[in-house]
Amino acid sequence: MRHTKLVTLEEAILRSGLKDGMTISFHHHFRGGDKVVNMVVAKLAEMGFKNLHLAASSLSDVHAPLIEHIKSGVITKISTSGLRGELANEISHGLLKEPVIFRSHGGRGSAIASGELHIDVAFLGASSCDELGNASGCPRSENAKSICGSLGYALPDARYADHVVILTDDLVAYPNVPKSISACDVESVVVVESVGDSSKISSGAIRDSKNPRDILLAKQAAKVIINSGYFNEGFSIQTGTGGASLAAVKYIRESMLEKGIKASFALGGITAHMVKLHQEGLIGRLVDVQSFDKVAAESIANDQLHQEVSAVEYASADHVGSAVHALDIVILSALEVDVNFNVNVLVGSDGIIRGAIGGHPDTAEDSALSIIVCPLLRGRIPCVVPKVTTLITPGKGVDVVVTEYGIAVNPARPEIAQRLVEAGLKVVDINELAAKARSIIGEPDALPFGDRVVGIVMDRHGKVLDEIRNIVD
Amino acid sequence: MMFVPGNNPGMMADAHIYGPDSIMLDLEDSVTMAEKDAARLLVHNALKSIDFGGTEMVVRINPLNTPYGRKDVEAVVKAGVDVIRMPKTETADEVRELEAEIIKVETELGCVGRTLIMAAIESALGVVNAYEIATASKRMMGIALGAEDYSANLKTQRTPGGAELLLARETIVVAARAAGIACFDTVYSNLDDMDTFRKEVELIKSLGFDGKSIINPRQIEVVNEVFAPSQKDIDKALRIIAAIKEAQAKGSGVIAVNGKMVDRPVVIRAERTVALAIASGILAKEEAL
Repeated sequence: MRHTKLVTLEEAILRSGLKDGMTISFHHHFRGGDKVVNMVVAKLAEMGFKNLHLAASSLSDVHAPLIEHIKSGVITKISTSGLRGELANEISHGLLKEPVIFRSHGGRGSAIASGELHIDVAFLGASSCDELGNASGCPRSENAKSICGSLGYALPDARYADHVVILTDDLVAYPNVPKSISACDVESVVVVESVGDSSKISSGAIRDSKNPRDILLAKQAAKVIINSGYFNEGFSIQTGTGGASLAAVKYIRESMLEKGIKASFALGGITAHMVKLHQEGLIGRLVDVQSFDKVAAESIANDQLHQEVSAVEYASADHVGSAVHALDIVILSALEVDVNFNVNVLVGSDGIIRGAIGGHPDTAEDSALSIIVCPLLRGRIPCVVPKVTTLITPGKGVDVVVTEYGIAVNPARPEIAQRLVEAGLKVVDINELAAKARSIIGEPDALPFGDRVVGIVMDRHGKVLDEIRNIVD
Repeated sequence: MMFVPGNNPGMMADAHIYGPDSIMLDLEDSVTMAEKDAARLLVHNALKSIDFGGTEMVVRINPLNTPYGRKDVEAVVKAGVDVIRMPKTETADEVRELEAEIIKVETELGCVGRTLIMAAIESALGVVNAYEIATASKRMMGIALGAEDYSANLKTQRTPGGAELLLARETIVVAARAAGIACFDTVYSNLDDMDTFRKEVELIKSLGFDGKSIINPRQIEVVNEVFAPSQKDIDKALRIIAAIKEAQAKGSGVIAVNGKMVDRPVVIRAERTVALAIASGILAKEEAL
């Protein structure tokens, strides 16, 4: 090869022109198995960088080492879709001086595309890459060590960042095709021991939930879909990865077989469940921004009808071509839903950040029918409440809330309520659900929030939606 | 009837959302010696404070010849339980002994006659005495088979086909019918084998049982599916009931529906089908009127 972009991580950083105060970005396709963020930030710390803005598509438990880098001033600002674990706990207690900026997946894509979120250097992990930088989340050689499938959340970074560094644990011969990230967008390629532990994306096999409450919720959600008026030939669907969401797919499948109905496409985080329906011919195409498990990652590598989309193509509010605009039905989860159908998926009822916005507000707003599945109570924590702790998805985009105590329909959708009642489902006023939760659990104490803003929630159109304050123990 | 351990508050609070016909909170075999007092207190408070949505509430107490039995009776009667399930019942005297205990507590409360009794028959002696047990008290609402202890007592073990239980099952159904009370079959504990469970439910339905004891909400759907009458049965039953009402209004005795004579057993069966259809949620109450 006459040209090569192969360098060490340190050389790549030096070549990138990165300076103190700049913005670096990462994707989270390796989920709990990600090794790129910790590796790169450790190197940046070693090289003496300070005051960096870390803009990740999401962060999780595995990123707890960032706490030290925040304390030492290497990272002073974070933008992400989610935060979990010890890092989230520390940030909720005021670790960072500047508030974390939270955006949905579609919102992040739009913000990068519009320049609102400008990325100086993107460090993107890939399961295979050639010397010129054609990168993919699919393995392409016998030496492959990792697999993450779709690189959807990394694509806006690759396209719009000033400088792109690919980190890979499998350097393959040119041309690494089909590619997710084009060599034309890539400045440097770094070969590392491991970019991620694919076993921590999720376990490979489909395991049906045996939790009776999940099964109850799943059956109710499936009945809502089947009787909603949107369960027609050629419908499209997206589901989350919670036990109830996945179990619902099983019951929807039974109905599809019984009624001879096929879906045109499934969108979003693609799971083994969706791959199975696709392979059975029940779903025409899989539109995949993130492969949620190994089965999905392997499917996207081998199946022409299982295609990758970028975060912008997936869920941008500003791009009419984005897939959510064509989405009929979405099943979503929630930490809390309030009596105005507002949803919180980010901050726990203890006031501590413990989740991710993901595509929640994007899909809820743009789909024809959005269904929130959540138990009325999680132990002693009420999930249907008078007012959400933090507003993530405004109630105007939420149509139906399914709980084990009944189904609430947004008053703005009386036609759906009528169809569900006619089908014999137990439709209740959402205020009754909140009252029921309170009658069982009592009135929770007010949360001990402090005066400092530790997080700002941006809506998918780029406006501030809510703020998260620090929690005082 | 869904069994719920009396030492698990989460399970107790959630039990009714799955829609069992009755919930049996257990103080006996699912609670260890060390937890007997704590479980009694929990069950007492659960009965008093949890809204079970109108589900029939049963508590299985410890036998009266243990240090816990009488305390259990006092605690659950005071909490207003619908039915006390008496384990390992072998004679009618044991039922009368329980009744005397219940009366003692009810007299104190001023509500004599409120608490019903269900006896679990779990031994050869119990099966032999089934009719006497079933008729030992006016409070007797049902008898039930407890198959694990029963098969151990027979010196055999449970098999998927259930041949070892056949005599006990038939005896219990016959005794219950003769006494005019309900009868319930034993639990099936392998949650991963729903096919065998379904076959067992089909078998006990055909033997004449009113219901099945279950240990997990996942089993409810199968029981309901097996016990629910078919639409054809329901339509036929509704026609028979309508015809008999019309005949009664006209003052005529014997009638015919679709060319077949309708006599009393046919009417009773039709009424039972309609009651089951309402209980299974297939038929709205108004439609049956």
